[in-house]
Amino acid sequence: MQMTVVEAVDLALARALSEDDNVVVLGEDVGRNGGVFRATVGLRERFGPRRVIDTPLAENLIAGVAVGMATQGLRPVAEIQFIGFMYAALEHLVSHAARLRNRTRGRITCPLTLRMPFGGGIHAPEHHSESTEALLTHIPGLKVLAVSSPQTAYGLLLAAIRDPDPVIVLEPERLYRSLKAEVPDDGQALPIGQCLTWREGDDVTLVSWGAAVQDCLQAAELLAADNISAEVIDVASLRPLDMATIVESVRHTGRCVIVHEACRTGGFGGEIAAQLVELAFADLLTAPRRVTAPDVIVPYLKLEPHYLPGVADIVAAVSDIMESS
Amino acid sequence: MAFIHEVSPDFPMVGFLDSEGRLAAHTPPAQRSPELWWQCWVHINLTRRFDQRAINLQRTGRLGTYASCLGQEAVSTATGLAMHPDDVLVPYYRDQAAQLLRGVRMLDILRFWGGDERGSCFPPPCHDMPNCVPIATQLPHAAGIAAAIRLRNERRAVLATCGDGATSRGDFYEALNLAGVWHLPLVVVINNNQWAISVPLSAQTAAPTLAQKAVAAGIPGVRVDGNDVLALHAVIGEALERARAGKGPTLVEAVTYRLCDHTTADDMSRYADPVKREQAAALEPMVRLRRLLQGIGRCTEADDAQLEQQQNALIDDTIAAFLADPSPAPEDMFDFLFARLPDELQAQRRACQARQGRS
Repeated sequence: MQMTVVEAVDLALARALSEDDNVVVLGEDVGRNGGVFRATVGLRERFGPRRVIDTPLAENLIAGVAVGMATQGLRPVAEIQFIGFMYAALEHLVSHAARLRNRTRGRITCPLTLRMPFGGGIHAPEHHSESTEALLTHIPGLKVLAVSSPQTAYGLLLAAIRDPDPVIVLEPERLYRSLKAEVPDDGQALPIGQCLTWREGDDVTLVSWGAAVQDCLQAAELLAADNISAEVIDVASLRPLDMATIVESVRHTGRCVIVHEACRTGGFGGEIAAQLVELAFADLLTAPRRVTAPDVIVPYLKLEPHYLPGVADIVAAVSDIMESS
Repeated sequence: MAFIHEVSPDFPMVGFLDSEGRLAAHTPPAQRSPELWWQCWVHINLTRRFDQRAINLQRTGRLGTYASCLGQEAVSTATGLAMHPDDVLVPYYRDQAAQLLRGVRMLDILRFWGGDERGSCFPPPCHDMPNCVPIATQLPHAAGIAAAIRLRNERRAVLATCGDGATSRGDFYEALNLAGVWHLPLVVVINNNQWAISVPLSAQTAAPTLAQKAVAAGIPGVRVDGNDVLALHAVIGEALERARAGKGPTLVEAVTYRLCDHTTADDMSRYADPVKREQAAALEPMVRLRRLLQGIGRCTEADDAQLEQQQNALIDDTIAAFLADPSPAPEDMFDFLFARLPDELQAQRRACQARQGRS
């Protein structure tokens, strides 16, 4: 069945709720309202208010309660409505969810999933368009996944819910309804810790995650018209990171452009570039290049087009490094 | 015309055993039991002896920073005695007495403060949460645990502890608020020991009591003499039984005094008035309990000597085991991070092993 990203999220949640009684969904507006993005539509009606739970409006509490539930063997799937509101929840993610298994030497575990819409491009108000995934990728003990399509929304979310450790799933707001694809409800999870290669190529490797993957695919199409063959890799799992796939690709192409919506300094692209230099320096024909947002505060919607990296930026970066190498 | 009025909710202090060791006429039958008095006495003694030895270990460089519980043993002892084995304790970090009653070993406590993560790997069947250092963050966890219990229709209670300083944090209000809305089987016991490190309660809140903070959450609050182990036993026991019976959450304010430094890294003489501290010391839980027991012919010199000898022997054995304890394996840093170590970390784990070979 053809469906959007948001419908694929809903489908995966329904699948998880029906296959495991320990799965509960909680967050602001996830119950009666079906979620502000409608990612939990119909779940409360189907699985009841005891398992699809509207919480008080407090992100810190949502994360903390999910931690407590997870210690008892439940598999809470908590929603923070936008990544821009996760900061209140960070203490529970960093100081507890990530650490419980380690600090009890395996006695207590924390199999929670935290879903968060992230990224810009939907003309949302202030604080609703952030891409602060690097705050999470820096934390040992957390797994961080990023959705790039309806198929990966379904597969990554199921993987997160079934994982025995805390997993953050980032869902790009601008892809929620902008593309449709066939998603069979086959219960198949995608592997955590593996990149997905969406397009093979010979001249340059485009590495990205989230909505930027779709931009890279469009850029690859345009570049093909110029006889430049681009390989497109969807990181999908930022932590744990599958550098092997990226390195293998770059050994073949010799060039790498890393694309992310987050601002540049300290962004996760820097980590990928650094590892590429450490692991594949001799195979690089030219330095890895980053296409990112500038190091400024995410602007309100009027300036958003001047902030978000786009297809033209990716094409320009590739053309530039092709000329110089 | 005035629409705004001062509100002063009344939370009288529950107490049975006064500082002279006299038992009030309204003491319930369950707390009139000499067996209970003796049980409390023995355990407070054990906790205090262990606590002092832990401080000595730190002072002689054999333990890391340690948080003493001197003066607060009654709250924690009553908690440990009132809880059922299948209830869940969600402690802060001054709950040694309750933990020891619930299957945590002295060795675990020494390991925790001695810098060894194995100290929170309590032996089965103890399923309690580990100590929680970030203030008040254990309270939302306790609410989540209570929510899981409620979801499964189990007749169990969750008891979380915190200090008075924790009542300034959002986590405290958020957890109490949720406990009210979701009618959770949760008891929160505030150890009001008057100090948040060096900041006195008067600089923490303008509220005359901490029990009244329950009012805004729409749940019952109760204030109890935190040096009266019998009143604590009755109040906490009732709150736990309400929780198990589906009657919802309770906030308990136990009013006591921290007779020790915040931790071994602190020096209370920098901020606490020594006269007030001496006054508080006269009210501490052991003095009154001893008088009560002496009134029935217990706590004789022979009793004291026997208890001291027995408990010291136990503590000596534990300390010997702790000091002989080999350090955990460095690879443990990796091996307990996830259920399965991701490929991306295998090289770092190998580097950790190679580093051991070099040193």
